[in-house]
Amino acid sequence: MTAEHHHPTKLAPIEARVAAIESVLVEKGILDLAALDQIVQNFEDNLGPMNGAKVVARAWSDPAYKERLLADGTAAIAELGFEGLQGEYMVVVENTPQVHNLVVCTLCSCYPWPTLGLPPRWYKSPAYRTRAVREPRKLLAEMGTVIPADVEIRVWDSSAEARYLVLPMRPDGTADMSEEQLAGIVTRDSMIGVQRL
Amino acid sequence: MHAHAIDTVRTVEKFGIPPIDRRTIPDVDGVHDLGGLDGFGPVEHKSTEPYFEEDWERRTFRLMVGLIATQGVPGGRFRHSIERMAPEQYLSSPYYERWLTGAATMAVESGFTTQDELERRAGGRFPLSRPDRGVLPDDLTPHTTPRYAVGDDVRVRQWHPPGHTRAPRYVQGRHGTVVRVDGAFSIDDIAAHGGGDIADPLYSVRFTSRELWGEAGADGEVMHVDLFERYLEDPQ
Repeated sequence: MTAEHHHPTKLAPIEARVAAIESVLVEKGILDLAALDQIVQNFEDNLGPMNGAKVVARAWSDPAYKERLLADGTAAIAELGFEGLQGEYMVVVENTPQVHNLVVCTLCSCYPWPTLGLPPRWYKSPAYRTRAVREPRKLLAEMGTVIPADVEIRVWDSSAEARYLVLPMRPDGTADMSEEQLAGIVTRDSMIGVQRL
Repeated sequence: MHAHAIDTVRTVEKFGIPPIDRRTIPDVDGVHDLGGLDGFGPVEHKSTEPYFEEDWERRTFRLMVGLIATQGVPGGRFRHSIERMAPEQYLSSPYYERWLTGAATMAVESGFTTQDELERRAGGRFPLSRPDRGVLPDDLTPHTTPRYAVGDDVRVRQWHPPGHTRAPRYVQGRHGTVVRVDGAFSIDDIAAHGGGDIADPLYSVRFTSRELWGEAGADGEVMHVDLFERYLEDPQ
């Protein structure tokens, strides 16, 4: 940057900034937009909490699978075909009557893409990232999830390689449900830990 | 914990004191390091939402995915391109605007374009992140044999590096217990600043709320943070 350089005073609109950098990288031959569109489309179509719900439903239905899932989350989740970016090292943490687990990324927005998809806006917000490690019980209560005082809250800050999936407790009254029906009652929020089923 | 000036503009208005220019402080932690800060209010939660609410968000995601894939950008370099944003810009930008700023910063630093060119094409100001001030450690020896085992007490080194790190400020200097040994991974602090993949053992370390937050903490709440061995030392 030279001393004579003057930046424009008016901020360019976000759409114009995106178009500017995109056009540069396309002209340089760095971005192949058609190929990238397929990748993004695949994320939109095939990644999401419906995948994590299948993992949870299998664990509720098959004790041997649950054992494998808790021992080696990556391998057990790959058994159901869910793997890839941001799912390379999966750790599954189990809720019990004594323990409630909660997942956050205080440094950025780490999240298990193959099983939950891309993270929701609130998960990436400063409010969630600041408070989940400081006052989780109060935060959960505010979000409508009251964790009894005698239940330990275990917060997992996804600060490095591991991506976490919460295995919620199977709700009462679901003994007759099929695995597919069970998958239908598992929510995204219950697998992050901000909700109890 | 510690006080950190974030909203320097408002501080000036309130107290009439000169703003702290974080750019002149050599060892300050990034504003992205949010764990435990106060004052951000309630979480605005939605049960469901589209991945991208506006087309520019999708285009930015696509752009960053392409840049990372074609350039082999290490995760730490990607994250640090965002962490280097001016604090006030970081906190006021929508999520994918941060990605856009990081992508454009890396493209300029790689010599693909210049800020002038981007501003000419965009027809206005195009802010980038600040320069990378990260430094590589003298010792680049890889380590694969873990020094600690499950159940060991450890202390997180308190050194607040100027570059990228995955040691959140809120655990630096604090005592915890190893609950999981993960094997060795490329440590982000080194890969982010061009030092290549240097293996380092990785652990999940448990901290009590009282250890982290003292009187403001709570019983029955524990926090786990994934920490590389280079971040840890024996308890004193």
